[in-house]
Amino acid sequence: MNEAVFLFLALVTVTSGWCVVSLKNIIHSAFALLVSFFGVAGLLALLGADFLAATQVLIYIGGVMILLLFAIMLSEKVTNEDLFIRAKALPALLVLGALQLILIKVVLDAPWNERPGPAAAMEPTTEILGRLLLNEYVLPFEVISTLLLAALIGAVVLIRKEVRRRRRPGER
Amino acid sequence: MIGLESYLLIGTALFCFGMFGILTRRNAISILLGFELIMNAAGLNFAAFAHFSDKTIHGQVFTLFIIALAAAESVVILALIIAVYQKMRTIHVDEMDSLKG
Repeated sequence: MNEAVFLFLALVTVTSGWCVVSLKNIIHSAFALLVSFFGVAGLLALLGADFLAATQVLIYIGGVMILLLFAIMLSEKVTNEDLFIRAKALPALLVLGALQLILIKVVLDAPWNERPGPAAAMEPTTEILGRLLLNEYVLPFEVISTLLLAALIGAVVLIRKEVRRRRRPGER
Repeated sequence: MIGLESYLLIGTALFCFGMFGILTRRNAISILLGFELIMNAAGLNFAAFAHFSDKTIHGQVFTLFIIALAAAESVVILALIIAVYQKMRTIHVDEMDSLKG
C-alpha cells in the first residue's frame, strides 16, 4: 500500500517536474510546478512530516504560486514561443544527463548511515517542532523572521513607483 | 521496500530538472520556476534524512527554514523582475544587457 502511494507520488512529482522545464507556455509550466509541489507535499506526508506537508501546501501553493501567476500576468504575454535559448538546450541536456547519472550512482553506492530498526513512529510533529523552534533553534528562527521582514520591505521598495521626484521651483 | 535511496533519487531528479530549466530558459520567471524545483528537492532530502537516518525531527526544522527562505527569495526576485520589466519592457535575461538601467 505504502509502496503504491510512494510510486504514484514519485511519478507525479518527477513527471510534472519535467513538464515545468519543458513546456512552452509559461502558464502551463507554472501549473505543472503546482502539481509538483503537491507531489512533494504528499511525499513529505509519507515521511511522517505532517506539519511540513501542510506548510508546503500553505506557503508554496497558497503563497508562492499565486505570486508567480500574478507576476506572469503582469509582465509578459502568456504564450511565448521563444521561451528557450535554443542553442544551449542540447549541451545543457548532455551535461545534466551525465550529472544525473553520476548522482544516481553516488546515491545508490554510498553507505548511508541508515539506522536499522523500525521506522520512526508516525506521530503529530507540530508540538515537537514548535518546542524545537522556540528552544534549540530560537536564534535561526528570529533571524529568519527578520529576513522575512526585510524581504517584505525590499519588495515594496523595489516595485514602488518613484514618488519623491525632485521638483524645481518653476515646475508645477 | 521504500528506503532512503528512493527519496534521494527523486531529489536528484528534481535538482537536475531545475538546473536544466535555469540553464535553458530565457524568461526570468521560468528561471525562478526551476529554482523553486531545486529548493523543493533540498527540502525533501532533509526530511528524508530526518526520517530514515536520524529518526528525530531535527531535520524537519531545516526543511521549514528552507520553505521560509524560498518564499522570501521568490518575493524579492519577483519584485526585481517586475521592476526590470517596468524599466526595460522585457523579462528575457539575454536582452538585459545594460548595467546602468
